Amino acid sequence: MAERLLEIENLRVEYHTDDGVVTAVDNLKLHLNKGQTLGLVGETGAGKTTTALSIMRLVPAPPGRIVSGTVRFRDEDLLKKRIDDIKKIRGNKISMIFQDPMTSLNPVLTIGFQIEEAVMLHQGLDRKAARRRAAEMLRLVGIPAEREGDYPHEFSGGMRQRVGIAMALSCNPELLIADEPTTALDVTIQAQVLELMKRLREQFSTSMLLITHDLGVVAEVCDHVAIMYAGTIVEYADVTTLFTNPRHPYTRGLFGSIPSLDEEVTRLKPITGLMPDPTALPSGCRFHPRCPMAGEICSSRIPQVTELDNDHSVHCMIYEGLVPGYEE
Amino acid sequence: MQNLLEVRNLRKDFHTKKGLLQAVNDITFDVRRGETLGIVGESGCGKSTTGRAVLRLVEPTSGEIRFDGQDILAYSARKMREARKDMQIIFQDPFASLNPRLSISQIIAEPFDVYRMYGPGERAQRVLELMRTVGLSNKLVNAFPHELDGGRRQRVGVARALALNPKFIVCDEPVSALDVSIQAQILNLIQDLQQKLDLTYMFISHDLSVVKHISNRVAVMYLGKIVELTTSRKIFTNPLHPYTQALLSAIPLPKVGAEKRRRIILEGDVPSPINPPTGCIFCGRCPFVMVKCRETPPPIVEAEPDHFVSCYLL
Ligand SMILES: Nc1ncnc2c1ncn2[C@@H]1O[C@H](COP(=O)(O)OP(=O)(O)O)[C@@H](O)[C@H]1O
Ligand SMILES: Nc1ncnc2c1ncn2[C@@H]1O[C@H](COP(=O)(O)OP(=O)(O)O)[C@@H](O)[C@H]1O
Ligand SMILES: [Mg+2]
Ligand SMILES: [Mg+2]
Repeated sequence: MAERLLEIENLRVEYHTDDGVVTAVDNLKLHLNKGQTLGLVGETGAGKTTTALSIMRLVPAPPGRIVSGTVRFRDEDLLKKRIDDIKKIRGNKISMIFQDPMTSLNPVLTIGFQIEEAVMLHQGLDRKAARRRAAEMLRLVGIPAEREGDYPHEFSGGMRQRVGIAMALSCNPELLIADEPTTALDVTIQAQVLELMKRLREQFSTSMLLITHDLGVVAEVCDHVAIMYAGTIVEYADVTTLFTNPRHPYTRGLFGSIPSLDEEVTRLKPITGLMPDPTALPSGCRFHPRCPMAGEICSSRIPQVTELDNDHSVHCMIYEGLVPGYEE
Repeated sequence: MQNLLEVRNLRKDFHTKKGLLQAVNDITFDVRRGETLGIVGESGCGKSTTGRAVLRLVEPTSGEIRFDGQDILAYSARKMREARKDMQIIFQDPFASLNPRLSISQIIAEPFDVYRMYGPGERAQRVLELMRTVGLSNKLVNAFPHELDGGRRQRVGVARALALNPKFIVCDEPVSALDVSIQAQILNLIQDLQQKLDLTYMFISHDLSVVKHISNRVAVMYLGKIVELTTSRKIFTNPLHPYTQALLSAIPLPKVGAEKRRRIILEGDVPSPINPPTGCIFCGRCPFVMVKCRETPPPIVEAEPDHFVSCYLL
């Protein structure tokens, strides 16, 4: 069996706000094998970023609080470690790239200097070796050497994301968490960045958690996918299975909602209703108010995981035999 | 007359600190009655400026705009205000475009104030009717924009645009800020309204899948110019401009096992519209660039019926 790199169980994260308690992540279970790229897909507010921040222990507290759960990275529970130890892991064994790379870059330091500092801190290189490493990383992401002395704001969005990638990979992390790294970019620039990420992932054999709302990006980059809705994973499978045989009504709804570029679809089949209010999530299955298949039980009982064949799992009462399913 | 809108040699320059910015650089197109003309291209290529210029929300630098056969650039401010009853716009960010201090009913009724239409009773009736048309519950009449999610805010934006029974609506990235499940609802609404109310649309988006889905014809813009214009089917099955080809190939398809497409990765970034390249505006990134491309801009040719391309390869 493939080696587990990351395994999250039972994770629950809350934000205590003026409007009430937001349960951003609830009962979340997720795993990532070594060498894999796992796509974490969901709409705004599903809890994707909170999940990523929990792994890094970066959930802002207050208002945030990791209430329960385990985040096993290799054989350690990151949620039990002292924050000093976590700091040694961040940017080193696990690093993160953000939608807006400016959040991870210091605006008043040159990009070359920032990468040097990171590798000196985490890898114990001296200044000279660190400088070589920084230059090498920038070359790898396609930033010309003469721009090492430039400040982050002097780069375009796409170039900045390259800098973010160079920074994140400079310490050769085992796990790279990328939170919507191309969402803010134009499509031709996104293509450049995705191509770069794929190449470097091979070269460094980095495992990756890629957060996105774009199923096209998933098909292009990931080998496994977890679909997230209202704080929890509703379906998990390898990419081929998920795209050819989606089971959860929410996953199917997502596919029905995307306009197709290469097929003639005159009318989309959207998911009805609205995203739930995060301070007052529906009882039972969180998706039941919008679910075309929902039965009576769906509003009262929380669906349990059903393991289908080959590492495909779904949280839905249809597959527990409690609600009539699709006629296929 | 087949065309509701005819645009000829439209230009819009902005005078900026860094120099003259050519946001829309000599574009020509028609919007046919009852159709949806899609405008697609990456950020900064001039889509929004084009949409605003045809409504004279920004004053064109030069060119001709005929709406329903009338030369609207010759209109006085007063006459233009009257004409705008027929020409409306829906914006990307429904939040920024709705006054946060007004209730939903006040927002939808605002155009009635401007044009002094309807008495109070009639007006309330009309607001409820519009809310029904766009799928907003009547319970929301007294709600405020911040109480609504993005999808419902966009429905308010649509209702306001419909208030004066327009013939033509510019939809400027109306679904770009929305999640896919809500985006699909709004796209269906926009399509349904077109059928029901005989509307003509100019639909602007950076998302080629969305544009292709909703449009009859599509214009691809790059750096202030239209590089290709054809039916939404042909734009996908037979893209002729190298930029259109690159744009299409860059879009990750939500599919597995589909036959591998040839991916064209463009080098570099879009150049600045302040000092656009002489010659073809795409010459700096074009994989097929030739000497003459850098010297003189290519003319627009009709490569096949209803398929216009600006490229020397044709
Ligand atoms: N700092 C915060 N304070 C309060 N609520 C938050 C905070 N960060 C996230 N949330 C809420 O938690 C939920 C999940 O958010 P997030 O993890 O950012 O989702 P996603 O990344 O999938 O869009 C949302 O309802 C969001 O409003
Ligand atoms: N009011 C303005 N003043 C100066 N420059 C502008 C103004 N509006 C737009 N621009 C510039 O014009 C170009 C086209 O912008 P826009 O039409 O908004 O593009 P798009 O909608 O395709 O993203 C951009 O370079 C933009 O910065
Ligand atoms: Mg997020
Ligand atoms: Mg725009």
